[in-house]
Amino acid sequence: MAYRVVIVGGGAAGMQTALELKSRGIEPIIVERDIELGGKARGWHKLFPSFTPAGDIMQPIAQRVKDEHIRCFYGQEVIGIASDGVTLRSEERIPADAVVVATGFTLFDAHRKQEYGYGLYDNVITSVDLERMMNGGRVTLTDGSEPKRIAILHCVGSRDEKVGQKHCSKVCCITGVKQAIELKQMFPTADVFNFYMDIRMFGPGYEELYREAQEKYNVHFVRGRISEAAETINKRIQIKAEDTLTGRPLRMTVDMLVLLVGMSANYDNPTLAASAGLPLAPNGYFKANDSFLGVVRSQQEGIFFAGTVTAPKSLADTLAEASLTASAVDQYLKNKYNAK
Amino acid sequence: MARRASWQEYQKEIAADKYYYARSCIRQNFFPGSEKAFLDILSNDLGVDIFDDPLHTSCTGIGYHSDVVPLETIMTVVARQFALMAEAGYENFISSCITSFGIYNEVLSTWEEFPETEERTRRYLKEATGRELVKPRSIAHTSDIMFYHREAIARKAKRRLVNVHTGEPLKVVEHIGCHYAKIFPKSGIGGSEFPYVLAGMIEAWGGDVVDYPERRHCCGFGFRNYLVQANRGSSIANSHKKLESMAPYKPDFIVANCPGCTMFLDKWQYAIAEMDGTTYGANGKGIPVLTYEEMAGLVLGYDPWELGMQFHQVDVEPLLDKLGVEYNPEAKYLGVGGKYIGKPADAAVNCAEQRRLYEIRR
Repeated sequence: MAYRVVIVGGGAAGMQTALELKSRGIEPIIVERDIELGGKARGWHKLFPSFTPAGDIMQPIAQRVKDEHIRCFYGQEVIGIASDGVTLRSEERIPADAVVVATGFTLFDAHRKQEYGYGLYDNVITSVDLERMMNGGRVTLTDGSEPKRIAILHCVGSRDEKVGQKHCSKVCCITGVKQAIELKQMFPTADVFNFYMDIRMFGPGYEELYREAQEKYNVHFVRGRISEAAETINKRIQIKAEDTLTGRPLRMTVDMLVLLVGMSANYDNPTLAASAGLPLAPNGYFKANDSFLGVVRSQQEGIFFAGTVTAPKSLADTLAEASLTASAVDQYLKNKYNAK
Repeated sequence: MARRASWQEYQKEIAADKYYYARSCIRQNFFPGSEKAFLDILSNDLGVDIFDDPLHTSCTGIGYHSDVVPLETIMTVVARQFALMAEAGYENFISSCITSFGIYNEVLSTWEEFPETEERTRRYLKEATGRELVKPRSIAHTSDIMFYHREAIARKAKRRLVNVHTGEPLKVVEHIGCHYAKIFPKSGIGGSEFPYVLAGMIEAWGGDVVDYPERRHCCGFGFRNYLVQANRGSSIANSHKKLESMAPYKPDFIVANCPGCTMFLDKWQYAIAEMDGTTYGANGKGIPVLTYEEMAGLVLGYDPWELGMQFHQVDVEPLLDKLGVEYNPEAKYLGVGGKYIGKPADAAVNCAEQRRLYEIRR
């Protein structure tokens, strides 16, 4: 009889882990809180740095999960985890030989940075809103007109002690570069400004894309954080910042302000962690067993991690880590049952 | 502004009754009618218990922010105010001044973070005055109190913040003193980004709040900006930036909850008019600047001269006319017992002739 592994979360990490386990002859069961699989990547427009449509990556994975007849529970919230199974909100228990926590992250709520007026001013949007607009095929201001001047603000809800988010969300810098290029492709005559603290181009092809944004697309990069946004009488957005390279305060008016929202730890991480006696990192993410050889193992035998539940990661890193998780689970099950 | 609901996340305990009132040093000089109006409204119109204690002193906040009063001294002065409150049988401390409000919050927070400073202050207070420090159960600014009672005031209103000639709500710029919530966002209604304390009164009394780009910007008082004469250009530049930003919205008046802000937004309009002939209100006049007590007083039907509105640099008569307030123009310059107190010369901000303008290049 195949070993059974419950995977909590049906996003990219959860689905890929399930497929890898299935290929190893292990029975995966996905428990997803939402009514469909896909997680945060669902509905994303294009992926950095290659501008690959997100659907080209995510839809085949979801289709394979279906084709492989992997059992999925939809609309089910897991409230307790243990090495021998999970407990649902309905109090139903799903027994297993091992558990993978792949519950991902929560998008930072831009309303919390009140000084930027998200939800209050019409043309202040988040990077997620912009992806959805691009997915819908049309990016406009709320009055239907085209933006002529756009500001993109990095690190909204990242590296910000004021809102308790000390960590770097890792993917926002390159997302800001990608979205700036996409906006310039849509509106070649528009001015696009990226306001940043540091530009962190850690991945393959990222630095090249950053250079291309400047040289080919004439995207402006301003080293300085926007301190506040306010709406003008004609519904434009006035922003204030300090250009820290020139050491001068800066005030300008734009048509659209895009807030690059970061990744936050899930609000229910403490509850889930407590149910299994697992520690959390200071930033609220699950704490991996160690930072080198145990990044997908928890501090409890039989409970594993995959994807952004332990830290912000790109989709590519998430998918790669899912394979590693499946390998670790496979090894654990072999050791456990062969030893008996 | 109706979409602005974030203020509900920033609530604090505001006592309903039994207040110990701490006056402001400078308001009694700038807007002497406002503190009296506050006491009258609370005692006579709302029937709440408020104690105006002649024994309390300045909080010494301006001296503290100007580096002439040491931290230990201001803590001991604050401790004495609290001791007086307790001796008078009160536990809800309310401050008329925004600077003082910031000071009280800062001192209480410092005592909490560094308990040894509280112990030291207790010792100093005992040695200097023989009094015992009792910390207040609640602390609020007097605009918080007015906000708390805004619906009760609305029920007793004689008029609303509506233009009687057009039936349209008056457009009101609200300006919040920096030390109200920028130091401790949780200490203010609505937090530091979208303070609701004045906006709530304006909405409750029928006016429309103007949101303009430089709404959060400092009025320019800023202690060192003004107290150091060489920095006064910075002070007026800040007020100028705000006035330029709000003018396109054609506000009917400005209301502020800080003594410095109310004075500087009013008086710098005069200076700007003298310097370059610019005025920001309708018909070449300035924009009247009110305290929240004056706004409440007008809503409740108080006489504008009883409220002390003749002390304003920018004439308030155009606003009174919009509100339909009946007033005696001749009484504007009559003091106690009908004594004539003198009439100031016309000022450019109130539509003086251009030849009176000060030539700055001379």
